[in-house]
Amino acid sequence: MNQNIHHTPHHPKWYRVRKPVFWWVKRFADIRFIFRELTSVAVAYSVILLVVFYRTLLTGPGAYLDLMETLKEPFWITVNIFALGAVLYHTYTWFNAAPRAIVVRLGKWRIPDLMIVGGNYAAWAVLSAAIFWLYVSG
Amino acid sequence: MASTITLEVYRYRPEEESEPVFQSYEVPLRSDWVILDALNHVKDQEDGTLSYRWSCRMGVCGSCGMMVNGKPVLTCAAFLESYAPDPIRIEPLQHFPVVRDLVTDVDDFLGKLKSVKPWIVRDEEKPVEEGEYIQTPEELADFKQYSMCINCMLCYAACPVYGLEPDFTGPAAIAIAQRYNFDNRDQGNDDRMDVLSHDDGIWSCTLVGECSEVCPKDVDPAGAIQRYKLAGAASWWKSVLLPWQNR
Repeated sequence: MNQNIHHTPHHPKWYRVRKPVFWWVKRFADIRFIFRELTSVAVAYSVILLVVFYRTLLTGPGAYLDLMETLKEPFWITVNIFALGAVLYHTYTWFNAAPRAIVVRLGKWRIPDLMIVGGNYAAWAVLSAAIFWLYVSG
Repeated sequence: MASTITLEVYRYRPEEESEPVFQSYEVPLRSDWVILDALNHVKDQEDGTLSYRWSCRMGVCGSCGMMVNGKPVLTCAAFLESYAPDPIRIEPLQHFPVVRDLVTDVDDFLGKLKSVKPWIVRDEEKPVEEGEYIQTPEELADFKQYSMCINCMLCYAACPVYGLEPDFTGPAAIAIAQRYNFDNRDQGNDDRMDVLSHDDGIWSCTLVGECSEVCPKDVDPAGAIQRYKLAGAASWWKSVLLPWQNR
């Protein structure tokens, strides 16, 4: 008998198939979904890296410079390029999903999805510009 | 164009076979026939033992959902011509136990649906003398989209999370919960939040989005779940920051 068969308790004749682990490899949309989920690892990595940055800043200039030297190694440059790409893709999917969760009404008018997505991108651009300004002016 | 088309139909007769087989039927390829018409033709003319569910034939009852070429669809809304000339493979909705042929056991969904209290919950009904509960068109628009759900369960068949985690409450039940949460006459939001704000509820959803893709009524269950997550997170923060307002 097929090993995938898992009969329902009390109804042994009912037929049930367990979903295979690699259910997502058949369709491009599912592969894209799994890729999106995996980019969460890069987000977690970025958060950890930020915490490490803070820790070295608190420890002192020597620790910070040591970390900067480490991050200049080809291995870490490669890791961070991949992480940046993955985080940017994750952000793009997050912003595009925002209107599904956020429904805002002003009286009888519902704010269009495009404005919610646009608002996210605008906030991103403003924050990035502010951080860039801090960087160049410091 | 060919005058016939082949249906490859999933057969499971538990008294005869331990696992399913596919049986082919040649049916007339008529431009006005949907897959359900072809199955009815098989049932009436060729093989009366074929079992499947159907009722209204007009996309309202939600009974005739099946996997067609691997995709969950209402067979009353899927024209044969759109699949011709290739054979059409018809299987029962995936992720549900198969009782016989194309008939699945849907008790799991019905239990989950009941758990979200899909009715208007009132703490206290006002007396009839005080008149009706007024609802403006804008208030109706808040939930009307979710009220279009016909319980066809295509979203459950499309949802890989439900396939992997059968305890997941699932798209339709959560969308229907939202239908009542957004109804200004309802006061059952907290009751439903208790049921849905746990691991098997809204937080199991990873926004694959396939439930909304296959929904024949454009209910957008994925959107309903994401809105629920936002409400759940806001409710949690409120309980932390304003604990004296907890029930």
